[in-house]
Amino acid sequence: MSDPIIKFDKVVKRFGNFTVLNELDFEVGTGEKVTIIGPSGSGKSTVLRILMTLENINEGVVYVGGEPLWHERKNGALIPASEAHLRKMREQLGMVFQQFNLFPHMTVRRNLTEAPVRVLGLSKSEARNRADELLEMVGLTDQADKFPNQLSGGQQQRVGIARALAMRPKVMLFDEPTSALDPELVGEVLNVIRRLATEHDLTMLLVTHEMQFARQVSDRVCFFDKGRIVEQGVPDQLFTNPREERTREFLKAVLESEA
Amino acid sequence: MLFGIEWDTSSEWAFAVSILPILLIGMWVTIQATVLGFFVAMVLGLILAVLKAAPLRIVSWPARALTEFIRDTPLLIQLFFLYYVLPEYGIILPAFLTGALALGVQYSAYTSEVYRAGLEAILSGQREAARALNLSSVRTFTHVILPQAIPRIIPALGNYLVSIMKDVPVLSVVTVLEMLNVAKIIGDRTFDYMVPLSMVGGLYLIMTLVASAGVRYLDVMLPKRGFPLR
Ligand SMILES: Nc1ncnc2c1ncn2[C@@H]1O[C@H](COP(=O)(O)OP(=O)(O)O)[C@@H](O)[C@H]1O
Ligand SMILES: [Mg+2]
Repeated sequence: MSDPIIKFDKVVKRFGNFTVLNELDFEVGTGEKVTIIGPSGSGKSTVLRILMTLENINEGVVYVGGEPLWHERKNGALIPASEAHLRKMREQLGMVFQQFNLFPHMTVRRNLTEAPVRVLGLSKSEARNRADELLEMVGLTDQADKFPNQLSGGQQQRVGIARALAMRPKVMLFDEPTSALDPELVGEVLNVIRRLATEHDLTMLLVTHEMQFARQVSDRVCFFDKGRIVEQGVPDQLFTNPREERTREFLKAVLESEA
Repeated sequence: MLFGIEWDTSSEWAFAVSILPILLIGMWVTIQATVLGFFVAMVLGLILAVLKAAPLRIVSWPARALTEFIRDTPLLIQLFFLYYVLPEYGIILPAFLTGALALGVQYSAYTSEVYRAGLEAILSGQREAARALNLSSVRTFTHVILPQAIPRIIPALGNYLVSIMKDVPVLSVVTVLEMLNVAKIIGDRTFDYMVPLSMVGGLYLIMTLVASAGVRYLDVMLPKRGFPLR
C-alpha cells in the first residue's frame, strides 16, 4: 500500500464510561475505496465523525495526509489541536450524512456555493460554475433553484454528495448514505457513488449495509464489531470466504434480513 | 380638564365622547411604553441568551442567576429599583423611560428563554454539516442557525408583546400617564369611574386583539424552513 492518507494509531474513544473505540489501528491508502460494515453500535459512525472533526478522541493519534488531525506538533511534542489547525485539516475531508443535513433555507445551488465562496474564497461565478458542473454530474441540473424539501430523498442525498464534492476534498466519508431512503430511491444514490469510485482518484471511506454494492466498489472491506476490526480483506474473500466466525454470523444475518 | 381637554358631564354619552381624546392620549403613551419595553426585552433577552449559552461558567452563571432573579420577582420590584435606586447613583431617567426599561428588563428573562429554545431547536445535524464544510462559527450562526431560528422565535416573542401591553398600567405607580392612570384621574375628578374604566377595558381589548392578530399573521407568513437564501 502507498503511504496511508488516513491512519488511526491506537485510538481510544469513550463516551463517559463506555469505550467505543479501544486502541483502534486502521489505515486507508491514498485513492483507496474502503467500506466499513458491522452491526449497529459497533463504532462505524464514530470513526467517520472523528475524521470529520465532529468528535474528539481520548487517546492515540489520528493522521490525515501524514499530519496529526487532533494534535499539533509543538517543539517535537503533540499538543491538542487548535481550531485553526482543525480548519486547515478539515479542508481535506468531505462528509455525506445519513440524514443529508442539507440547509433547508438555501436553494440547492446555494447549498453548493455557500462554503466554496465563504471558505475557499471562490468568486460567486466560479462557485456557480462549479456547482452547476457537480449538479450535472449527479443528474440534478434542473433542480438548482429548488429548495431541499421540494426534492425526493434520493435527490436530496445526491445534492449532499455534490455539496461535499464542491469543497474538492481528498477524502470522502459516507455514513450510511442510503439508510434513510425508501428502497426505490437507493439505486440512484449508489449509482452516483459508484461513478465517483470508478472515475476519480478520491479516497473513499464508506459505511453501508448495501453488501452487494460494497462488494462491487470497494478495494477493501473492514468488518467492525465492538469498536475493533474483526476482519478485513478484499471484498471477494471477505464476503465469500470469511475467516472469522463473527463475520460469518454477521453476513448471514444481513443476508437473511434482505431475503 | 386634562391635557387641556374639557369634559362634558351633561350626559353619560356626552361624557364618554368628550373624554375619548384624553384616553387616546393615554393610549398613545401605553403603545409607546409597550413598543419601547418590547424592544428592550428583545435586545436584552438576546444578550442574556448568548451569555447563558457561553461555554465559560463565570459568564453563563451570572446570566442564569440574573434571569432567575428577574423571573421570580414581581415587576414592581424592578420598577421601584430602577425608579428609586438608580437616582442614588446619579442616573436620573424620566418616569416613562424608567417604566419602559423595567418592563424590558422583566420580559428579557422570558425572551432569553425564547431565543435559547429557538436556537437549540435547530438540529445538531445543521451545525455538523456547517462544520464539515468548514464554515466559520460566525457564518454558521448568521447564515445557518439564525435564518432557521428567527421564524420560530418571532411568533413566540410576539406573544410577549401582548403581555407587556397588559402590564403597562403598573407604570402608573411611578406617575406615568398611561391609559389606565388617565382614566383613574378622570374618575377621581368627576367621581365617575364607570365610564372611563369601561372605555379603557374596551380600548385595551381592541389593542390586544389587533396585536394578537398581527402576531398570528406573522406566524402564518414567516417561512417555516427559514429565511430563504438563493
Ligand atoms: N454522543 C454520544 N454520546 C454517547 N454515546 C454515543 C454517542 N455517539 C455514539 N455513542 C455510542 O457509541 C456507540 C457507537 O456508535 P456509532 O459509532 O454511532 O455506531 P454505528 O455507527 O456503528 O452504529 C453506540 O453504542 C452509541 O450509542
Ligand atoms: Mg452509524
